[in-house]
Amino acid sequence: MSVSSAFNDEKGGSSSVGEPEYGHDPASGGIFSSDYKRHDDLKEMLDSNKDSLKLEAMKRIVAMIARGKNASDLFPAVVKNVACKNIEVKKLVYVYLVRYAEEQQDLALLSISTFQRGLKDPNQLIRASALRVLSSIRVTIIVPIMMLAIKEAASDMSPYVRKTAAHAIPKLYSLDPEQKDQLIEVIEKLLADKTTLVAGSVVMAFEEVCPERIDLIHKNYRKLCNLLIDVEEWGQVVIINMLTRYARTQFLNPNINESLLEEGSGGEKAFYGSDDDEDEDEEEKEKKAEAMAMAKRKPYVMDPDHRLLLRNTKPLLQSRNAAVVMAVAQLYFHLAPKAEVGVIAKALVRLLRSHSEVQYVVLQNVATMTIKRRGMFEPYLKSFYIRSTDPTQIKVLKLEVLTNLANETNISTILREFQTYIKSMDKDFVAATIQAIGRCATNIGEVRDTCLNGLVQLLSNRDELVVAESVVVIKKLLQMQPEKHSDIIKHMAKLTDNIQVPMARASILWLIGEYCEHVPKIAPDVLRKMAKSFTNEEDIVKLQIINLAAKLYLTNSKQTKLLTQYVLNLAKYDQNYDIRDRARFIRQLIVPTEKSGALSKYAKKLFLALKPAPVLESPFKDRDHFQLGSLSHLLNAKAGGYQELPDWPEAAPDPSVRNVEVPEWTKCSSREKRREKKVEKPFYSDSEGESGPTESADSESDSASGSESGSGSGEESGSGSASEESEEGSDSEEEEEEMEKDNKKKTKIEFKKQTIAPSSTVKSYELLHRITGEGLSVEYCFSRQPFSSDANMVAVQMQFTNNSTSETKSLHMEDVKLQSGMRVKEFAEIESLPAGESATAVMGIDFCDSTQAANFQLCTHTRKFFVSIQPPVGELMQPVFLTENEFKKEQGQLMGMNEITEKLTLDIKCRNEHAIVQRVTTTANLSRVPCGSDKEFAGRTVTSGSLVLVTVVTKDEGATQLTVNCEKMVIGTMLVKDILLALTQ
Amino acid sequence: MIHSLFLVNASGDIFLEKHWKSVVSRSVCDYFFEAQERATEPENVPPVIPTPHHYLISVLRHRIYFVAVIQSEVPPLFVIEFLHRVVDTFQDYFGVCTEAAIKDNVVVVYELLEEMLDNGFPLATESNILKELIKPPTILRTMVNTITGSTNVGEQLPTGQLSVVPWRRTGVKYTNNEAYFDVVEEIDAIIDKSGSTITAEIQGVIDACVKLTGMPDLTLSFMNPRLLDDVSFHPCVRFKRWEAERILSFIPPDGNFRLLSYHVSSQNLVAIPVYVKHNITFREGSSQGRFDLTLGPKQTMGKAVESVLVSSQLPRGVLNANLNPSQGTYTFDPVTKLLTWDVGKINPQKLPSLKGTMSLQAGASKPDENPTINIQFKIQQMAISGLKVNRLDMYGEKYKPFKGIKYMTKAGKFQVRT
Repeated sequence: MSVSSAFNDEKGGSSSVGEPEYGHDPASGGIFSSDYKRHDDLKEMLDSNKDSLKLEAMKRIVAMIARGKNASDLFPAVVKNVACKNIEVKKLVYVYLVRYAEEQQDLALLSISTFQRGLKDPNQLIRASALRVLSSIRVTIIVPIMMLAIKEAASDMSPYVRKTAAHAIPKLYSLDPEQKDQLIEVIEKLLADKTTLVAGSVVMAFEEVCPERIDLIHKNYRKLCNLLIDVEEWGQVVIINMLTRYARTQFLNPNINESLLEEGSGGEKAFYGSDDDEDEDEEEKEKKAEAMAMAKRKPYVMDPDHRLLLRNTKPLLQSRNAAVVMAVAQLYFHLAPKAEVGVIAKALVRLLRSHSEVQYVVLQNVATMTIKRRGMFEPYLKSFYIRSTDPTQIKVLKLEVLTNLANETNISTILREFQTYIKSMDKDFVAATIQAIGRCATNIGEVRDTCLNGLVQLLSNRDELVVAESVVVIKKLLQMQPEKHSDIIKHMAKLTDNIQVPMARASILWLIGEYCEHVPKIAPDVLRKMAKSFTNEEDIVKLQIINLAAKLYLTNSKQTKLLTQYVLNLAKYDQNYDIRDRARFIRQLIVPTEKSGALSKYAKKLFLALKPAPVLESPFKDRDHFQLGSLSHLLNAKAGGYQELPDWPEAAPDPSVRNVEVPEWTKCSSREKRREKKVEKPFYSDSEGESGPTESADSESDSASGSESGSGSGEESGSGSASEESEEGSDSEEEEEEMEKDNKKKTKIEFKKQTIAPSSTVKSYELLHRITGEGLSVEYCFSRQPFSSDANMVAVQMQFTNNSTSETKSLHMEDVKLQSGMRVKEFAEIESLPAGESATAVMGIDFCDSTQAANFQLCTHTRKFFVSIQPPVGELMQPVFLTENEFKKEQGQLMGMNEITEKLTLDIKCRNEHAIVQRVTTTANLSRVPCGSDKEFAGRTVTSGSLVLVTVVTKDEGATQLTVNCEKMVIGTMLVKDILLALTQ
Repeated sequence: MIHSLFLVNASGDIFLEKHWKSVVSRSVCDYFFEAQERATEPENVPPVIPTPHHYLISVLRHRIYFVAVIQSEVPPLFVIEFLHRVVDTFQDYFGVCTEAAIKDNVVVVYELLEEMLDNGFPLATESNILKELIKPPTILRTMVNTITGSTNVGEQLPTGQLSVVPWRRTGVKYTNNEAYFDVVEEIDAIIDKSGSTITAEIQGVIDACVKLTGMPDLTLSFMNPRLLDDVSFHPCVRFKRWEAERILSFIPPDGNFRLLSYHVSSQNLVAIPVYVKHNITFREGSSQGRFDLTLGPKQTMGKAVESVLVSSQLPRGVLNANLNPSQGTYTFDPVTKLLTWDVGKINPQKLPSLKGTMSLQAGASKPDENPTINIQFKIQQMAISGLKVNRLDMYGEKYKPFKGIKYMTKAGKFQVRT
């Protein structure tokens, strides 16, 4: 019997949901007995030896949970099976545990030891799922165990387990917020992880646990930017949103100059809408003026890190995931220079082809964007045209966008489009269209009369809702220029006979009252009619009748005195107290009595004051103070856990915090380091690096990864130091279990392409001014990266910008004039540089450890320019890593003539260690000796490899001694001079 | 992130619930039901509903509402996109995504949901990875499992999770190696009363069905890639290669997937393959209206226009329609006032037409709106934009695959205003 009843139950359960379970067992006597019986049966199955029976039982229990039935009384029977060998049973037991552990804490503890064992399992999937379940059991007593498990998993070999650890962090945090500090440590550690698998999850944990600790991001910023394209799509969304916030705190507003310029030219501003608030006060203006003066002196230069973020997110606009596209769009909207924001429009318009829910969210955001940056979406006007099959909520949003996009040039097309909408069967939509027409009319003066006429025609529409909406809108429009339109007011007065919608009646009455002087004959008549129907009107209409009566009494008391009295008397006994109050108030104010106060003299002024015309504004105005794409933006209210988007800082915080120092110092182990190499660019794999079809055809099945390996672009930019090589060498070959063997092959990757290292210490020099270069400007900087093809060369990175209006072709160099011994590795010819674009190239120069200039000609297809590059002495060296003992030893060998000492007094501002270190490393490409008691720096000259050792010893009151030890005395002397200058400036 | 998920059917019953954090009572859905009542049409339920303690984000697919419960700030598109991904996965697993299919496979559904989210944050959404973790139910497998006691659940971490190509599983083997690509273009257009085009654009996709052994590396090149204005890719496509050479280079996922969606640049004029002559009139005071519709082909480059389906929402005042189609069949639903006419193929010699009268409510004034006409059609073996695939090459494997490419043009949102 028990088996068959169980069978029945399952059948019944799966076929109907709303009904309670027991209804299907007519044979059973009472509800409870059957309930118990069934569960007994399940218990029996769970206790059996057969896995298949257990599985069957678990499946039925899970089905119960899915339907929201209570299965908690089976807890003891289920929890016993947590160690079951059958993996499916085990998984279902996990599902059950996670659901009910909170309710049965004591029993749940029985299962903990199984998970603890699972955490040590050699199979990474089992380790990960043990951690998942352990951290999902919301039992406070096991918090310490969870903490321990998370910490351990965070340094697991398998990135999948580390990812699970990242997921577990917010779980533990929500269970016990007291653990925050310890969890932050784990987050910090995982943030340094270089696998794409972990990146998204750990940023998620960061956002949930400690979004305010922006300082944790500094060191990982460049890495995150570079990994971004390879992170899975959900992680991308989270990272992009976080980086948007980060960038707002760390970089300068790229539009600062533009918005200031706009300010100057007043008229422009209203049109484009500037980034700053309209209602700024004087003080702020002054500040702006100051800033403007500053800006004039110092033109805005985008931080290379800022550029890095923009550049690395742009390809994601092509993602198939709407959330990713939206995230990039909001990033560009909030961070990009005005001229570059335009790229997002196309991608957002593409999303309008997606599901209606996606459209709904995207349109809301587009609506906000169109208010600030109308020009961006103007080319896509037609994509917002409305189809009769769109859901109403989409229609209304599209209408909003169309209204925002309307301007003098396109208004006629838009209005023609609106005309067809008015005929729609969807009346809510028609009402919204009428509102939209009203807004177009107020915004664009030229079409005001046309719109008004169109709306007046709608007054004869058969649908009352349409008429009512038109009345309301007309009322607002008329307020702008009433004297010209007394015939429209008359026409509307006639409508009071037919129109029933309260809002419309109220609007008409208000209009007549307000402009009763324009319609002196009709107004009293309307009041007469209204007095008759007063008792049957809605409250808002009643209030307007009283208003009308009062205004007429003041202007035309002869005709309306009695009527007014009558209306006021009716109102005096109205059920609504507002109306009674209003009546009493107005009577006191307008009807002169002996006791009437001083106010009544001013009654006319009170009632018939000139009222400003209403401004019809978009409901999306100013919504952009919420981060776009966020839930808060959508709701226009702050949602729980929303992180405010900070304002741009006045001055950029120190950009060097993002410099990643010599890798030995950072926490990344060699394992992680090697992983970095393995990280590839499956999506955006660099076609340069890719060996192309022929090669990959030859390689074996690993061509998948092999063919993509060459990319590595940008990967090294984070570290940007010479120690990359030594790092590689020290790779111990401890291999992980499932790591694909084929990846081994490419642990040594040659970086074919040097990327621009956004190192803040890099200073750019001008090679060619754009005026002498006839539109072509060239800047160069010493990127301080090893020049890949020749170790004796200094890498010089050049940035070509074509400011002219025509394309520049075949940029290359010729006629190199060098001092003897010097060598140059020319950069690859740039075939074409379109107008307005920029390109970068890297060349190598062997300066022979001298500061002699390298002269050469820079040629385009039309012109040649003589240019020269002269290196500061500090760029002729590259950092080496020395321990303090080694440093001391080396220094001991470079005494006497090779040592140059200089005494100086430091300015108050740069007495702290950080400032000194920064100034020295900016001047010379040296690395600091870690843990040194003094400030010690070491490097080698690029060509001859002679050691350069710098020591800065600070004493009281800023007295400082600078010592440079170098075999090459010329270099030593020059370096002392430069550092001295840098420290005292 | 995502706290809980409720599945609600068309009649308003919650038939499945899943919680990823602590349990949220299903009474939270009452707010959803309220909103549902307020909305006149099912698709008008706002996708985001704020409640005092939670936010409900829902999508409607296959007449099932997927309602996610959120507790704090999260990008709404994130949730919406994820829910759609859930539906796609169900469809992938069960063939259809209906209430019955979900209930029949409730355990698999639960296992899937468990794998897809961890603590409300997406964990594995790539169908290849999921299929290695949880094998899709087939009749054969169910039978084998009952006999042998083996399970549907994988014991090893799917290779994709750690791989650089997470969308492809390793060790794929086929006896017939084949790769098919369908270039499908849809025309979205609004045609006004006089027959002139208000807006028309072409959206296209390339859907692929690739069954190739091993790790093939494919490249697909076009004759005229300049046509493609705005593209979005499956993650497998190498973006840099596209930027530089306009070639699609990718290691394909196994099975069916969408390689590319694109938008054809708006500078190109869009050829409209059909025209509609219509005369729909209502006269004042008469309880009769005239309905006259003729379809004809134009700019089809000699290809036949097939599977033509015309639908139109007639005004509320129309009681019935008495029409005479020259070919095909028509139906008129007097309740929803929806007229559909299944035309079939358009024969250029004998143009299909639908003529007759509509009876209106007696005494009521004539409806002031004219219905819009929605048209669906298909044209085989032609991409209306003129996009042509140049060649498809495979590298990385030794065998010769069978390659096929098919073109098709369809009507997207194709509306004629009358």
